[in-house]
Amino acid sequence: METASKNPFAPGEFERKKDQALAHRKWVMFGFCMLLVLPLIAILVDIFWKAAPVLSFDYLTENPTNKGKEGGLWAPLIGTFYLVIGSLLVVTPVGILAAIYMNEYAKDGWLNRTIGIAVTSLAGVPSIVHGLFGLGAFVLAMLPGFNAMLGLEGDEKWEAGLLTASLTVAVMNLPVIITSTREALGAVPQSFREACWNLGATRFQTIRTIVLPNSLSGMLTGIILVVSRAAGETAPILFTGATFFKFIADEGVEKWFPYGPGEPFMAMSMHLNIISNQISQMPENMKFGCAAVLIALILIINSFSIALRVWLRGRKRW
Amino acid sequence: MTSPHIEFQNVSTRYGSKDILKNVSFTVGRNEIFGIIGPANSGKTTMLKSINRTLEFIGGATRTGTITINGEDTRQMDPNALRRRIGMVFPLPVGLPMTVWENVAYAPRRMGINNKEELNEIVERCLRQSVLWDEVKDRLDLLGTRLSGGQQQRLTLARALSLSPEILCLDEFSIAIDPVTTMRIEDVLKELRKTMTIILVTNLTQQARRLADRTMFFWRGEVIELDKTDVIFSDKPADKRTFDYVNGVFG
Repeated sequence: METASKNPFAPGEFERKKDQALAHRKWVMFGFCMLLVLPLIAILVDIFWKAAPVLSFDYLTENPTNKGKEGGLWAPLIGTFYLVIGSLLVVTPVGILAAIYMNEYAKDGWLNRTIGIAVTSLAGVPSIVHGLFGLGAFVLAMLPGFNAMLGLEGDEKWEAGLLTASLTVAVMNLPVIITSTREALGAVPQSFREACWNLGATRFQTIRTIVLPNSLSGMLTGIILVVSRAAGETAPILFTGATFFKFIADEGVEKWFPYGPGEPFMAMSMHLNIISNQISQMPENMKFGCAAVLIALILIINSFSIALRVWLRGRKRW
Repeated sequence: MTSPHIEFQNVSTRYGSKDILKNVSFTVGRNEIFGIIGPANSGKTTMLKSINRTLEFIGGATRTGTITINGEDTRQMDPNALRRRIGMVFPLPVGLPMTVWENVAYAPRRMGINNKEELNEIVERCLRQSVLWDEVKDRLDLLGTRLSGGQQQRLTLARALSLSPEILCLDEFSIAIDPVTTMRIEDVLKELRKTMTIILVTNLTQQARRLADRTMFFWRGEVIELDKTDVIFSDKPADKRTFDYVNGVFG
């Protein structure tokens, strides 16, 4: 009768040991997870702690003076803004149209597959190589021809600047846009397309009315990803238009439009690079201030991207 | 049989190196309900896809032979114009990711019909014909993808009818639909045949028996027997395999 009163479902010795082992393993994995997160938190805390004394609204809106040892970040900030806009103007239409062609029109043959592999490989090319490509293709090859075509002479000539840097950054980001757009298009079920074709809708009508409206969220995510890359990378703009220092207007309309497309410009990533290791006796605070603003910028863009994705996922229609 | 509407002449199709249809020839009469029965994987769906030329979207698929509609070779027609003349309902229900109203109005709008009242009329007519109207008339702004499987199936039928096609191809249209509603749709089909030719592919042999004027038994890409429905379902069809299939002793 003694055994009958025992709970037959109570864990035995074996189960207890197994539970313990599982609990241990869980903590080990949690530890590795922390190993990834902690350095990030440490870096952020360190940077923002050291940057705190200089961070203010004026720091963002004033131009740097005395080789960046004093003043703010306006000139590189607005330069980065135009660089991002300029590269997006090129990369978005080209990338999205290319992806639509590859995903919706091209037959799945060797050519399409080769292009796909080429695009993926392009994504793996280091950004400094893109920078050198930009120097060769846009600054050295394209600009002289461009100037000759427009008949520009002397000071009027366009030099390496916003245009060439934007093109280089666009080339660097092209595979990202193509890949993310293709994924977004591929996520739209084939049955939707077939249903439209059966109704006599042309391929283009099907793309416009069914495929694009339902893949917009994925495309937007890719575009935002590209924005933070364009803002953060130094290598592609190093030789193609970004400059170490440039005086721009402190107020008025010209403060908002300081750089022409054929003029060198300042950019956040370049500025950080220069003041960190090229100028002697640079105050620590200024270096960390610049880094903090750049990181904050990218974090804000990325969280905007995540919010957008969450919102669009909520509106998913199937 | 009435005057010929659709004619298959020596039609063969292949996916890569796999033969699907093997030299198929038959004729479908005008305003006929033409039943096609046969086991899975015999090429029934491929046959429908070769009628409206959506087979061309499948990589590696090729077709030889001639398919004519009203004596005109479909290869000579604009494929989109051809598809608009043929309503297609496939077994998998597909609600497009837009409202019920937009689903039904989709094809007419692509044809350039933008008059709201005209579209409303088309939507109501098609939804009534597919016996879906009573269930969705108060919520035409519901997403088509949120309907139940059977409702989406009827929505697919409504879409197929939206351009008043001259040919309606139904491929297992009733698998997701309850028997009572299926009966009501079958009644509608008997009405619709006055204005269109209906090809009815079905695994429910009794459905073919109820509706079809003539029935074709199709097996492994070949026409085994094509005759009046009464003959196919009688005690002595010409081919023994037909008798076996219809009576469930096949395989």
